[in-house]
Amino acid sequence: MTSQKKNTFKVCIVGSGPAGFYTAQQLIKARQDVEVDIYERLPVPFGLVRFGVAPDHPEVKNVINTFTQTARQSRCSFYGNVDVGTDVSVEELRQAYHAVVLSYGAEGNRTMGVPGEDLAGVHAAKDFVGWYNGLPSCRQLRPDLSSETAVILGQGNVALDVARVLLSPLDILKMTDITQPALEALAESQVRRVLIVGRRGPVQVACTVKEVREMVNLPNARPEMVGADFEGVAEALKDLPRPRKRLTELMLKTALEVPGEKEQQRRSEASHAWGFRFFRSPVEILADPERSRTAGIRLAVNRLEGSGEGARAVLTGEVEDVTCGLVISSIGYKSLPIDPSLPFDSRKAIVLNNMGRVQRAAGLYCSGWLKTGPTGVIATTMNNSFDTARSLVEDMDLGTLDVSVVKPGSQSVAALLEKRGVKPVTFSDWEKIDRVELSRGEAVGKPREKLSVTDHNGHRQEMAL
Amino acid sequence: MAAAAVRSSMGLTLRLSRALPDCSNCPFHRSNGCVSGVSNLQRRGSFDSFRTINRHLQTSKGLYHGEEGRSNAEDPDDVVNVVYVDRSGQRIPVKAKVGDNVMYLAQRHGIELEGSCEASLACSTCHVYVNSSHFDKLAEPDEREDDMLDMAPMLQENSRLGCQIILKPELEGIELTLPKVTRNFYVDGHVPKPH
Repeated sequence: MTSQKKNTFKVCIVGSGPAGFYTAQQLIKARQDVEVDIYERLPVPFGLVRFGVAPDHPEVKNVINTFTQTARQSRCSFYGNVDVGTDVSVEELRQAYHAVVLSYGAEGNRTMGVPGEDLAGVHAAKDFVGWYNGLPSCRQLRPDLSSETAVILGQGNVALDVARVLLSPLDILKMTDITQPALEALAESQVRRVLIVGRRGPVQVACTVKEVREMVNLPNARPEMVGADFEGVAEALKDLPRPRKRLTELMLKTALEVPGEKEQQRRSEASHAWGFRFFRSPVEILADPERSRTAGIRLAVNRLEGSGEGARAVLTGEVEDVTCGLVISSIGYKSLPIDPSLPFDSRKAIVLNNMGRVQRAAGLYCSGWLKTGPTGVIATTMNNSFDTARSLVEDMDLGTLDVSVVKPGSQSVAALLEKRGVKPVTFSDWEKIDRVELSRGEAVGKPREKLSVTDHNGHRQEMAL
Repeated sequence: MAAAAVRSSMGLTLRLSRALPDCSNCPFHRSNGCVSGVSNLQRRGSFDSFRTINRHLQTSKGLYHGEEGRSNAEDPDDVVNVVYVDRSGQRIPVKAKVGDNVMYLAQRHGIELEGSCEASLACSTCHVYVNSSHFDKLAEPDEREDDMLDMAPMLQENSRLGCQIILKPELEGIELTLPKVTRNFYVDGHVPKPH
């Protein structure tokens, strides 16, 4: 039994992705009398860094080392396999801790809301990404890769990640931490053409230049764009801010410029193709009547009203049908309220807050996508989490959070969990899983081979290794 | 294939281990507050870091990747004085050495500059502003650095990624200002945040 300092601030964080860990990092650094417990639903930490970042972007995952440093601090503890909302309630956490930070991100999907969305052959990008990244709930996805054309709705970086994984040569994918089942399925894939469809125009795409460059440079794949989509874009370049300008220049060049001989040769020999399709919105997923699965997609043709970020897509009345057997909707993630008592904005899908302080709920905070919505890279989430930590520390410094009340912290939560038959996974348990994954990966020339860790039962099976 | 990669990387191994930083005299480390990934270089999955380094070496144009180069001599010609201006505006002079990496140097001195991708040009968390008199003394950024800078909030003409700045004698007196990512950032108009 650890001796408890009377004046210890006990904070618990729900969610162990970048938001959770960066919030924990700053809290521990800011005050020596803070102890942080991080609860995570899955048996393994790191959230989207592990399950969202594309397998061929390993450098982005280096941030795991930073989070590992935090987890190994004596004043930080990790408890995996604990589902807040089911195994323990937010209210019980608020009883046990001086402050609770909700950082559980966005596990839901925005839906297209069109007929046929539930057909076989249609997947949310989040689920497809979860599938190739080994997210337990997506292991059984079994996407049908037997048709020549795949259509992706949405033109953000997630859409490009999906396109890249569908079109990358196996030689590249097999050296990444993509899961073995996904690799095997992709080895049999008949998909040769990927269309990345957006409602608006080239100047409105949500993706960024690095990811577009990766598509342009993808081996054995040629770009196929519609030149007419770029009317007026060259003229608009000069007024664009630098990031948008560089991205638009690259797309313009790829769409309109005749490449040098060597590149022309490369493109003509490429067996795969990809392209942006602009000014198109999904209207219906078309089924093959005999097989009750996806045979195509009906797209409405739009025109733009206005320009720049605020441009709006307006229906023209025309439609266009595209034959395809795989439709991936990549139009955004969505946070869910894990507790009905949380003040939640269902339109924006965020917890209502001011600078990370949850509205009308003293001692309750939020960080990451749950706080500001499901967009942003690690740097964005980092700044967001640092902000929340600052609010929390301010409240500690000013006495708004009263540390004179002694809180039991993890001791009382552990007792509740034991009574309910929930066995948390500690950080050193995760490190055992980590070592197994690394060594299994090394045996097959991959950075790691992700284990199929599932729920409470799955966890016990893996620990028997 | 993995074994071949390891063998061909042996030179890298030696270079990497010789160049690992000495954390023992870092106040951050001493107060058990070190959150930089630098001291974890040894613990990282070996294959992952070799592969990363191999890939980057193929485009060697002075790119700096996850390696801490420090000259060990106490040679006055080796000294480069730099000034960091932290996010609260406080000026922090640092006596550094030729070869020091501006990002890791900041971390060693407790200056709050994150480096989430560990100098592999896959994030923008080490974004700094360089003072005008020294900005042009830096080598032009690689296209990949520019691509990542494009993601940084509050990008300015004098923005650079700290992990790509290696100190040389000509950079004596350089001032590196950390962008003020203010509380009001998310209130200031709409900035699309891709992911």
